[in-house]
Amino acid sequence: MTSSHRLAEVFVELADTLVDEFDALDFLGTLTERSVELLPVVAAGVILRDRQGTLHVVASTNDAAQILELFELQNEEGPCLDCLKTGLPVVNLTELEAGRRWPRFTAAAQEAGFAGVHAIPLHLRSSVVGAMNIFCATSDPLTDADLSLGQALADVATIGLLQERAVRESGLLAGQLQRALNSRVVIEQAKGVLLASAGVDVDQAFGLMREYSRRTNRPLREIAAAVVARRLNARDLQP
Amino acid sequence: MRSTRQILAALSDAPGEDSLPAVLCRHCADDLGVDGAALILATEEGQQAVVGASTPLAETLENLQFEHGEGPSLLASATGESVFEPAFADRGPDRWPAFGRAAVDLGVASYYALPLLVGAIRLGSLGLHRTSPGGLDQERLAGAFSYSEAAVVVLLHLQSMNGSSSTLNPDLGDPLGYRAEIHQATGYLAVRASVGPTEALLLLRGHAFATGRPLLDVCRDVLAGTLEIPPPEGQI
Repeated sequence: MTSSHRLAEVFVELADTLVDEFDALDFLGTLTERSVELLPVVAAGVILRDRQGTLHVVASTNDAAQILELFELQNEEGPCLDCLKTGLPVVNLTELEAGRRWPRFTAAAQEAGFAGVHAIPLHLRSSVVGAMNIFCATSDPLTDADLSLGQALADVATIGLLQERAVRESGLLAGQLQRALNSRVVIEQAKGVLLASAGVDVDQAFGLMREYSRRTNRPLREIAAAVVARRLNARDLQP
Repeated sequence: MRSTRQILAALSDAPGEDSLPAVLCRHCADDLGVDGAALILATEEGQQAVVGASTPLAETLENLQFEHGEGPSLLASATGESVFEPAFADRGPDRWPAFGRAAVDLGVASYYALPLLVGAIRLGSLGLHRTSPGGLDQERLAGAFSYSEAAVVVLLHLQSMNGSSSTLNPDLGDPLGYRAEIHQATGYLAVRASVGPTEALLLLRGHAFATGRPLLDVCRDVLAGTLEIPPPEGQI
């Protein structure tokens, strides 16, 4: 039985990581560890589906080859695959039912010491992008309280993934913006350099650089930077 | 006071004649009760483009900061920290001798600059000014931060719509284009004085300040070959 105090601590811990230097893998790793602490499970992992539909384990409390294989098997059959197909939690099957539905997987899981394996979906807007995979030593069903908590943890994982994607995209765009702004400045500076050193006017200067850029298949920005750094002069730019 | 989301919603509802940055600046000035708001893009080297302004004065104040190479917006985008000067009439000229005096002459009594941040990347700043002194109350302060966040979203959105990643979205272009001559003069003087571009710009600004002439005029003379600015004594 987990104290609600510890639960609150865990959520605050996870929320904090969303604000600071955010690292998705660290975050998901912490999430799986806390899941094992808060739920009656002995191992947990987060599985994401890539664009081709292949399942990849991105975080796991256990690096044992057996566990990793259990994740891998679920590309063929298992709770995660079903969970991703339906978007619904796949939980609390009896050993018999599990054996019938996923014979190979269930056998492998039992051999690894897991009598119960469950999957909780990660929803991103209207699609299911992955699942939280939890492994129990017994086949005792998870209680409603456990399932609620499991879903809450899965939802937090989803927020983390959204954050990661947003952060990455924003960073990329911001970088592009900065480079584009810089390019304009450098190109104008290069015109001035050619004006002073070669006696051409600004339009001729631009023309020279643009032609050179096309002939050598190098970006205009790069040519301009080389001109400003005096690595390229007007004579070099001549055809 | 509006949240970032409400600000963005209001922007997308606005009629489509002006650029998003210009509309954002107008909404910002109205909402926060300041006399002017301007949106500025900057890079590591401090190069700037004013991409939106609610009034001509707001735009002039930013261009002046570029001319003099100093000012609250420059400081905010360089450090990533907000720069608030509610007593600009007194303190402005102390903190920024050249810009401060020019801005006070134009009637600025308080100034607030907020950096535009994407993680560790400093994109530029949002500059607000009033012709009356005083700070922003809690509510307006929160509103100012919301506008700076909305500004980042707008800028990134415009960049993302640009397809080719190496050019600026036209809505982000420097509307005056006068800075082209300043950058050209920088390159020109770099050759003539045998210095790097950073020093060349400093020389140009220094000369403009010393002679009391606008930077653009100095640059035009340099480009025309009618003005020589030697490097300071002792420089190789």
